[in-house]
Amino acid sequence: MTIQHYIFLAVALFSIGVIGVLTRRNIIIIFMCIELMLNAVNLLLVAFSKMHHLAAIAADATSKAGSEGQIFVFFIMVVAAAEVSVGLAIIVMMYRNTHSVDANFLNRLKH
Amino acid sequence: MSNLVYLVPLFPLIGFLINGLARNSLSKGLTGIIGSGVILASFVVSILLFLQVKDGNTVSVVLFDFIKSGKLDIPFSFQVDQLSSIFLLIITGVGFLIHLYSTAYMKEESNAHFARYFAYLNLFVFSMLLLVMGGNFLIMFIGWEGVGLCSYLLIGYWFKNNDYSSAAKKAFVMNRIGDFGFLLAMFWMVQQFGSLTFGDVFSGAEKMEANNTVLTGITLLLFLGAAGKSAQIPLYTWLPDAMAGPTPVSALIHAATMVTAGIYMIARSNIMYTLAPFTQGVVAVIGLATAILAATIALKQNDIKKVLAYSTVSQLGYMFLGLGVGAYTGAVFHVMTHAFFKALLFLGAGSVIHAMHHEQDIRSMGGLKKHLPTTHWTFLVGCIAIAGIPPLSGFFSKDEILAAAFSKHVVYWVIGVLGAVMTAYYMFRLYATTFLGKFRGTHEQEHHLHESPAAMTLPLIILAILSAVAGFVGIPEVLGGSHKLQEFLAPIFAASSKLQHPHAISHATEYMLMGASVGAAVLAIIFAISRFSKRPDMQDATGFGKVLQNKWYVDELYDAVIVKPLGRLSDLLNNIIEKLGIDGAVNGIGKLVNYGGRQLRLLQSGQVGIYLLMMVIAAFVLFIIQLFVK
Repeated sequence: MTIQHYIFLAVALFSIGVIGVLTRRNIIIIFMCIELMLNAVNLLLVAFSKMHHLAAIAADATSKAGSEGQIFVFFIMVVAAAEVSVGLAIIVMMYRNTHSVDANFLNRLKH
Repeated sequence: MSNLVYLVPLFPLIGFLINGLARNSLSKGLTGIIGSGVILASFVVSILLFLQVKDGNTVSVVLFDFIKSGKLDIPFSFQVDQLSSIFLLIITGVGFLIHLYSTAYMKEESNAHFARYFAYLNLFVFSMLLLVMGGNFLIMFIGWEGVGLCSYLLIGYWFKNNDYSSAAKKAFVMNRIGDFGFLLAMFWMVQQFGSLTFGDVFSGAEKMEANNTVLTGITLLLFLGAAGKSAQIPLYTWLPDAMAGPTPVSALIHAATMVTAGIYMIARSNIMYTLAPFTQGVVAVIGLATAILAATIALKQNDIKKVLAYSTVSQLGYMFLGLGVGAYTGAVFHVMTHAFFKALLFLGAGSVIHAMHHEQDIRSMGGLKKHLPTTHWTFLVGCIAIAGIPPLSGFFSKDEILAAAFSKHVVYWVIGVLGAVMTAYYMFRLYATTFLGKFRGTHEQEHHLHESPAAMTLPLIILAILSAVAGFVGIPEVLGGSHKLQEFLAPIFAASSKLQHPHAISHATEYMLMGASVGAAVLAIIFAISRFSKRPDMQDATGFGKVLQNKWYVDELYDAVIVKPLGRLSDLLNNIIEKLGIDGAVNGIGKLVNYGGRQLRLLQSGQVGIYLLMMVIAAFVLFIIQLFVK
């Protein structure tokens, strides 16, 4: 499994996430797609981290190269969690006021 | 003494400022005193300067650095030598007399307009003084333009009349065409000699060999300027139309001073002309042609001022003929005598017009000799002078030019004498029709005929005396004199005299020439008086006379060949290039911006989804771009 396979998978997941955010009308689905994008990036980071580690091991058996990627994944997960909690709170407030989760309903910026 | 030099133009400038700025609060008496007084002051200083330069000195004064750029240095300097001194005396002297005359002539104007008149007149004298006192061609050009401007202002003095304003515009435009030549000549001089100061240019010119293209080109261009200012073919048609201005203006500007600026310029640059014989030939031929053409037109004019206007153009032609055959002193002499008798004639005509309540057609006049005695005999003196009858001044100056013309080529002399005969004839036709015979106007007009007040007749008398005796400064040696004027002006023309070798004419030949021209003139006078004192030309002319009366249709020719095509070109440029092209482009840009704005506005739909889409597209495009850009 070369790195290209992981890249293709991550790019495919990211694109699906982007298209989902742009096209879907249900706000919950939009949130799921945002999570999908974040996780695609996580996948890519871990894949590159492993790649660098394997390359470094070939030269020096006790090297610790490639750990930065995995650490960064933790940061992304923390941010994703915080963002989801805030976002869901907003959705709940929106539902309470308008009794729907339709994204198009909120095109109020024009006025 | 050199600090007196700047006083000469300063006085008229002060007069202009006071009369111009305070015109709404000055009384006519005070305006007249200020306006005339400053010219008198300048005249006094001019006399002092004359006494200084009499012994061959030159007074040069640099006022300040005017243009200093790289190697080009043009200071604001004055140079008063013998040539400028003569012109200074003429300008301030005759100018003062005309100012005095104007205080009475322009009495009917309102206070503010009266002051405006004197302000313009003073500004004119100031510019003319700059012209003749300038130490380099640029200062001369400043004065040159100034007199052109004042000529426009004064011809169009009664600006409410559209015809007069058109005449003023015509004068200014034709002047400008000449100025174009003058400017090109100045640029060429800077390129060739590196300076515009007279001393530098003339010493540079002397080093060049005769007949080279540079000098010929420069002198031809300068002559174009002179032709515009001094009304020679083809730029003379403005002068007869300029008679729309008040008569003292015609006397000062279009007889005595502005039109002589061209002659001054060529006399000043005499060394360049002597080294360019081709241009001299051109000057002589054009001068002669103008002299004859204008004389023929004057034979059939019926407006008293128009006859004098064409007479001026004709006499200017004689002056250029003199310059063209190398008689520089003769030309300057004729400038001097012409200033006296032409100003006299114009002021006399003004006196007649004043008495006739602004009637100018000589067919309605006649028999004025008993009603206007002083005007009559001063006018007669002027006519005799211009006809070239000895011992009045016109004879000496005209004869000098004709003798020099004879020594160049007999044909010049023959045509010159023909012109002189015509001059005598039309001037005495004018005199006889106006002053002799019976009065042909209405009874109303006859009752109001009275001699003019002293402020008008005193200048007439002084100018009559000058016209009579001024010739005696230039008695040629063939008649036993020592030609004081030639001695006086010798330093100016010294370089040219060394290079010129005119054919010497024997005394016998000269007596014959004088006798022939005077005899022919006297015959013309007798014929004119006898014909016109009894039966003036009342009807409009027929046949060839009609061509003469209509000025050889030159104005119509210019109109058809130059003015109308220019008008059509202007219309074309306006309707097509201006309206469709430039306005279209500018308005089009406006419309484009409007359209673009409207389309861009649609992006701001207020829909968040669209905004997100645009963010994604932008990120994508940037990503693609950074793949190709290093």
